[in-house]
Amino acid sequence: MTIIPKDDVAAGAVPVTRAIRLRPAVRHYLIAAVIAVAAVIPLVASSFVTFQVTEVMIYGLAILGLNLLIGFNGQFSLGHSAFYGIGAYTTAILMHNYDVAYYWTVPAAGVVCFVVGFLFGLPALRLQNLYLALATFALGNATPQILKFHALESWTGGVQGLVVDQPDPPDFLSFIDGDQWLYYFTLVVILVMFAAAANLIRSRTGRAIMAIRDNSIAASAMGINLSLYKTLTFGVSALYTGVAGALGALAVAFVAPDSFTIFLSISLLVGLVIGGVGSIPGCIFGGLFVLYVPNIANSLSTGLAGAIYGVILLLVVFVMPAGAAGFVRYAAQRLSPRRRNPSTRTEGGMS
Amino acid sequence: MKHLTRRSILAAVPVAALTLKAWPARAANYGPGVTDKEIKLGNTGPYSGPASSYSPVPKAQAAYWKMINDQGGINGRTINFISYDDAYTPPKTVEMVRKLVEEDKVFLVASPLGTPCNSAIWHYMNEKKVPQLFVATGATKWDDPKGHPWTIGWQPNYQSEGRIYATYILKEKSDGKIGVLYQNDDFGKDYVKGVKDGLGDKASMIIVEASYETTDPTVDSQVVDMKAKGVDVFVNTAIPKFAAQAIRKAGEIGWKPLHILSSIGNSVGATLKPAGLENAKDIVSDFYLKDATDPKWKDDAGYKTWAAFMDKYLPDGDKQDQGYVAGASLAAMTAQVLKQCGDELTRENVMKQAGSLHDFTVPMLLPGITCNTTATDFAPVKQVQMAKFDGERWNLFGDLIRGAIG
Repeated sequence: MTIIPKDDVAAGAVPVTRAIRLRPAVRHYLIAAVIAVAAVIPLVASSFVTFQVTEVMIYGLAILGLNLLIGFNGQFSLGHSAFYGIGAYTTAILMHNYDVAYYWTVPAAGVVCFVVGFLFGLPALRLQNLYLALATFALGNATPQILKFHALESWTGGVQGLVVDQPDPPDFLSFIDGDQWLYYFTLVVILVMFAAAANLIRSRTGRAIMAIRDNSIAASAMGINLSLYKTLTFGVSALYTGVAGALGALAVAFVAPDSFTIFLSISLLVGLVIGGVGSIPGCIFGGLFVLYVPNIANSLSTGLAGAIYGVILLLVVFVMPAGAAGFVRYAAQRLSPRRRNPSTRTEGGMS
Repeated sequence: MKHLTRRSILAAVPVAALTLKAWPARAANYGPGVTDKEIKLGNTGPYSGPASSYSPVPKAQAAYWKMINDQGGINGRTINFISYDDAYTPPKTVEMVRKLVEEDKVFLVASPLGTPCNSAIWHYMNEKKVPQLFVATGATKWDDPKGHPWTIGWQPNYQSEGRIYATYILKEKSDGKIGVLYQNDDFGKDYVKGVKDGLGDKASMIIVEASYETTDPTVDSQVVDMKAKGVDVFVNTAIPKFAAQAIRKAGEIGWKPLHILSSIGNSVGATLKPAGLENAKDIVSDFYLKDATDPKWKDDAGYKTWAAFMDKYLPDGDKQDQGYVAGASLAAMTAQVLKQCGDELTRENVMKQAGSLHDFTVPMLLPGITCNTTATDFAPVKQVQMAKFDGERWNLFGDLIRGAIG
């Protein structure tokens, strides 16, 4: 694992996981296997487990949005609950007030969040590091109250929130139930979004985004328009999280201001670090952590759930300091027959 | 079936054949989560997160079921009470309630806490036809037996309270000029609607309707405006912070209307002390539960029952916390419904019994308050008693007042 020198104080404390470099064939087989397993889950699992895995994917997508910003661009945000909430409300309002079909509301939520994220990014990105964290924290704190604000109540439903109709499967798929359909719908959206993110990161734009993280002065000297790329990254990050919010509204079938508090931002941030900062597949591990670990803690002791959550979190951070993705990479290296070849080993505090 | 005759068996065959698909033969009288030995109940509550100060409500329920089990259960069945943390976030409530219904296969969900959390599962519960019994929130919408026959509320809702204030005003000051201060959201508007409905054709008595936003710094101008317009009946339905400001401001400008304070703002510690106890003298409000901190209940049988339960099953629980009073009361309600069900423990029968409570009471309701429901009336507690503040504590006076809708 490589620790990249950065001039970014906020993200600098977090080790960044580089993409796992497998041979292309192995990589393709692995992706195909994961998709195959994912496609089978709803056919063999109960509808409740299907619902939970849907939520895992949705949180994973929201974490991917945050990861594009923190992991790849080195900017910090505590306000992604706001984008998740705006995405969810876009879907709910379009479906509830304007009878728009659910599948159109998902791209609409992405566009709305991109615009909001871009506009918020314009002034906010003049702030550096911790100050940006504070500005986004303010956004996260303000959003639930804005959603309750009475001038918007005819749209947002105020404190009562809005009920969303759970989508039914299309007629030619009428043999599967609502939970299964939502799972496949989410799976397709997630696959497209993850593939797009992977392509973005590998592109010229992606290299510019990462160059800003690694050394913004050098990036600037090489002709990268810092403010433009930073603002765009903020917008794209908001788009990803907003699409996750839209899917979340469909899965839960209800939105209310109390669903999108600052605690959601913190959960996403925890999921990001656990999954692996700067790792795209790691985001799904983050989603697993966000959904399941509070349940595990609660099942061990209701009264001490918070403390147990903390202990599990500490253990995970000690065992996998580079997140789940870094751990997998480390394990793969250890098990690889070529591991004695020093050229395939990377430096870093893993051994 | 107590007497098995040939005729009854013959008669039962076609019926059984029809129902066989839906119900396995042996479980004809049992819904999911019920056996001869056990009834599984589900619950969610905020054990963590921003609203965790409400966690005594589910904790008291769990302790109450432990007591019931120690006493032999209900009709010989022990209660398996499964309560999950939802951190007061609606998506988590949905996940946990789905887990309860689909994985744990509970018989019913008893008193989940919070208006947004209950709203999130409202449709799910009614679609799945699983009882959502005695929810721990005061919104008016839970009393909707037609639209949502699987959900029932418990505490007097805000609209009923508004009606009670109207009744009181018509009795005490029928020529009054009324000013209402309310929070500009659903619960505030519930109060205003209740007062208007209660006044009926005398709704024109309301000459000022002043709202505030929770983001407002003060409500001083609303109070000054009411005095200037000659309001002499002040209905103050604000939450503690703003209720206190209004009481203090009224005291400062020497305004002495008939001041009615709603039950959400009538805490001595949270509202009246910050407002200045001398300013709060002669304010009237309404109560339905016994205030556990009030020494006048020291020798009351109901209070003693509750205190004994607390000492044995929640020795670490703070008896000053009204959440333990609410939780124990809610569990006692569910226990009564299960008792009434006898051996016919189906979800349909639960809602039928929840909708046929007759003069049932629990220890910590004020003396004389009883719970009554019908198939078209899902608001168990409808009565409250007015109390006047004497500068130190609330003194109950007058008869119980009914204010329910319908």
